[in-house]
Amino acid sequence: MALNKTLRPGLIQLRVLDLDKTLSFYKDILGLNEVGRTADGRVMLKGYDEFDHHSVTLRLADSAGFDSAAFKVDSHETLEQIRSAAQAFGYAVDEVPPNTDQPGFGKRYGFKLCTGHRLEVYCDVEPARQRPMIKNPDLWGDEPPRGMRVQRLDHFLLFGPGISEAERFCTEVLGMFVPEICNTPDGKRLATWITSSNKPHDLAFVEYPEPGKIHHIGFFLQDWNDVGAAADLIGKNRLKLDIGPTRHAITRGMTIYFWEPSGNRIETYAGGYTAYPDNPQRVWDTDSLGRGLFYYSGELIDSFLQIVT
Amino acid sequence: MGGAGRAEKFAVRVAGTGEQFACGEDEFVLDAMMRARSGPVRHGCCGGGCGVCKMKVERGSVFAAKRMSRAHVSEEEQREGIVLLCCVQPRGDLLLSPARHRTRENA
Repeated sequence: MALNKTLRPGLIQLRVLDLDKTLSFYKDILGLNEVGRTADGRVMLKGYDEFDHHSVTLRLADSAGFDSAAFKVDSHETLEQIRSAAQAFGYAVDEVPPNTDQPGFGKRYGFKLCTGHRLEVYCDVEPARQRPMIKNPDLWGDEPPRGMRVQRLDHFLLFGPGISEAERFCTEVLGMFVPEICNTPDGKRLATWITSSNKPHDLAFVEYPEPGKIHHIGFFLQDWNDVGAAADLIGKNRLKLDIGPTRHAITRGMTIYFWEPSGNRIETYAGGYTAYPDNPQRVWDTDSLGRGLFYYSGELIDSFLQIVT
Repeated sequence: MGGAGRAEKFAVRVAGTGEQFACGEDEFVLDAMMRARSGPVRHGCCGGGCGVCKMKVERGSVFAAKRMSRAHVSEEEQREGIVLLCCVQPRGDLLLSPARHRTRENA
């Protein structure tokens, strides 16, 4: 699906307030597989349909939210190009040596965006022990998918100040493109959906005064039936629902939003249009955002707009 | 109803509003507030993470059954009775008042 040298968001590290309870959610209800623990007690997880070492790391902390996210790129050459381009953009770049804080991952370059979020890039990562089959493959291996049956990490939505600059960083430095935007009446960017692939978004930003916030982490489901099955598990497990199952006009995803036990919002998402970089950009006015976000009701809800971690 | 084993119910009031609702001792105050559609908070992450349900316990005592994000409630604030309603259960009748919202740079 990747169209650019930046392949996809391959890793996100989240802060959680209650590791045991939150881990149990990610494993037993969301359906990620536990890969192992780091020396300092963080937990590594991955979706059953992902090939790389791990894609989610949970860190016990005194606040919930976003630590960092990392994008996989196609080659060492691209990695070095991005480092130079980030410096030319005006951002300081640091280097994380291979196999240190994220076991299995090669060298990473990191930068802090004006929105307060740390993003990283890497090209090398060890294969996971549990991988999808590749030779005359079944749909899954020995173990059927569990819980909500999420296949993989899909995207995340970040809240912070200065998203026009963040968008420009993603396009100019990471080589991504912007299939969809929302502007305020005076023409300022309120929200931006950014991708490096055929997915409608690999990440998104909403303009927000406080830096470093995350609105949700999106995991990919097979189809609309699995969105309904996820809703059944939300009810059964007394998880706190935000909204859905519903349909986005923005990205056209089929979706449900709810909170994990530490208060980070999770989206389980299926579908979405096919994004091509040569297609014209879709543009939303703020007064149509209700329909853009929740196509059936057409109405915004306060909880969706106000709650971030 | 009200037989042996039923959790005790306490009265929760919100200062300056005249609003009052019941909350069981094994129930989180935010859940009771949302169910009663009473009081100032109508939604939240219910996991101690987002800080939307931050209020001050002016009178009465609560038990913090879940961890509250330090990005929203500092140790000093917690000593003053400031809580996230989604994390606490009542241990007596409560009087709540609004708390000033702040956020710490995440670490």
